[in-house]
Amino acid sequence: MTKKNYSTGKNEFLWQLAILLAITLTLIALKEMRLVSTSFLLILQYIGIYAILTLGINIVNGYLGVFSLAHAGFMAIGAYVSAYLSKYFFTDITMFAVSIMAGAIAALLVGILVAIPSFKTKGDYLAIITLGFSLIVQSLLQNARFVGASKGLNNIPKFTNIYWVFGCLLFAVFITNRFVRSKYGRSMQAIREDETASNLVSVDVRKIKTIAFALSAFLIGISGALIGHLLGYTSPSAYGFVNIVDGLVMVYLGGTGSIVGSIFGSAAWQLIVQLLKQLDTWRWVVGGILLIFVMVFLPKGVFGNMELDDLFRIIKEKINRKEPGRGIRNG
Amino acid sequence: MNINIIIQQVINFLQLGSIYALCALSFTMVYGVARLVNFAHGSIFGVSMYVLFFASTFLFERIKSPWFVYVIVLIIASVVTSLIALLLESAAYKPLKNAPKIAVVVSSVGAGMAIQYLILNLAGSKALRMPALIPNLRIELAGIPVPLYKIMVIVIAILTMVILNVIIKGTRLGVAMRAVSQDRIAAGFMGIDTGRVVSASFVFGAVIASVAASLYGTAYSIFAYDVGEGIIWWSFIAAVLGGIGSISGAVLGGYIIGAISIIAPILLPVSSYKDIVAFAVLIIVLLVKPTGLMGKKDIEKI
Repeated sequence: MTKKNYSTGKNEFLWQLAILLAITLTLIALKEMRLVSTSFLLILQYIGIYAILTLGINIVNGYLGVFSLAHAGFMAIGAYVSAYLSKYFFTDITMFAVSIMAGAIAALLVGILVAIPSFKTKGDYLAIITLGFSLIVQSLLQNARFVGASKGLNNIPKFTNIYWVFGCLLFAVFITNRFVRSKYGRSMQAIREDETASNLVSVDVRKIKTIAFALSAFLIGISGALIGHLLGYTSPSAYGFVNIVDGLVMVYLGGTGSIVGSIFGSAAWQLIVQLLKQLDTWRWVVGGILLIFVMVFLPKGVFGNMELDDLFRIIKEKINRKEPGRGIRNG
Repeated sequence: MNINIIIQQVINFLQLGSIYALCALSFTMVYGVARLVNFAHGSIFGVSMYVLFFASTFLFERIKSPWFVYVIVLIIASVVTSLIALLLESAAYKPLKNAPKIAVVVSSVGAGMAIQYLILNLAGSKALRMPALIPNLRIELAGIPVPLYKIMVIVIAILTMVILNVIIKGTRLGVAMRAVSQDRIAAGFMGIDTGRVVSASFVFGAVIASVAASLYGTAYSIFAYDVGEGIIWWSFIAAVLGGIGSISGAVLGGYIIGAISIIAPILLPVSSYKDIVAFAVLIIVLLVKPTGLMGKKDIEKI
């Protein structure tokens, strides 16, 4: 939190604790008391995992304003490193956190490297470099024998459950929230608005970009680690075009530069995909057309650069506008 | 390695390079004029493959002259894909004129997905074999037998590029296109109907994609519903490598990607490493020259 909010800090902390408690209780109720079917629990886990992925993408694509397609590569690294570790070294569930961390940190280190091209190139050119990175990772995995080449890794212990997923999601939300409100986060948004100007007011553009890419890769790595341990297998084909497009859709559907938007986007897209499941392959036709509609009517996504309190404020203002005080305020 | 194999490989390279060059051209046409990375372009290529397939199978049962059939099906495919491209433009891109740039890209991703899976649902997921659009004869080239269709693929591709160049350089529409691609607002002030020029660039892209599809079908014959996916990425990469928006750059990029695809498998132990080589070349080129090989340097005005 910034200093400005210090006086309300305690209050806010209590609120956060209450929300945390409510989520935990809901999860326990859902899972242990079997209030919902196992397939719905699975969907919830997908939503949680993809929300972490979307948050990670949003840091670079939303807050930093760089159009990157590197997420498939980061996710693959997170998934493979953690899956390899827990398959051969940390076979016990107590060590699951270690293998998640290892996967995430491996992705982070690669993320620092991927940030380097972003110093010089921009826009569509950077998009193609990051796309190249994702496809190189996929291609290397397809040829690496020790991780099963194109068949991928099988029989990964299925450690992921709903507590892990939402625990990691809360962690991701916490980190993202702290980061975007920190000095670095504000510098990042300054770069998005105008790179040259922020450079002139002595924002260290290279440092900020590196940090943003590293954090983004870290979060995406976590989501990769979770999905590998949820499905029990991981293969190179999962980290190609479909993954790239899926990630983009969730970010831009929910809205860039927004934590709530990231969660909303992943939840909405996963639910749409699940609801359209009985349409079989037609669901991609419907999904594609839906995407066009969303973009035409909501070009900034549902929560573009907005959080929940911004939304409440806008709604409040809309309600207040109907009151007779309007003329005085405008006058 | 004897001379025979070398010539075969050179012809293979020219064939593949020509197809990539045409695809990159069709991609760069839309980008240069409309400033849009059109991710639905691969699906337009796919549609064109299927139209060519169904039209030519239908016509070959009735007409025996292959060249005549080739011209007819090419016209049909061009018309169909142009209509789809125009429909896409007016439904998915034009309403987003004032939206953030990325919204249009996402919209084109959605359009591409919808079209690709529409093909899957209507035509099935089975791989198809394109009828021989160009008669499969063998000719002698300096004593070495070469299939005629490979030569024709190269000739038709180069012919298309020459015609396109004439149109861009010589006609009123071409001049208008170059003007819009340089500065859209200023071109509008000069009395150019920019909306129509942008639509024309979509039609051009679709027609070139149809020609490329017919050559791809002739050269490799087997295809499935996701044929456009691989082509779109590689042509995008070729276009960026050459400098996106630049016509000569797209051709150069196409031939470079073609050369890598032919040479890399010969020199490297695993054939799929060619993708890695291609991307490595691309990344190195962009790191050295951030606007691609033939791209103009973008001077940022502050």
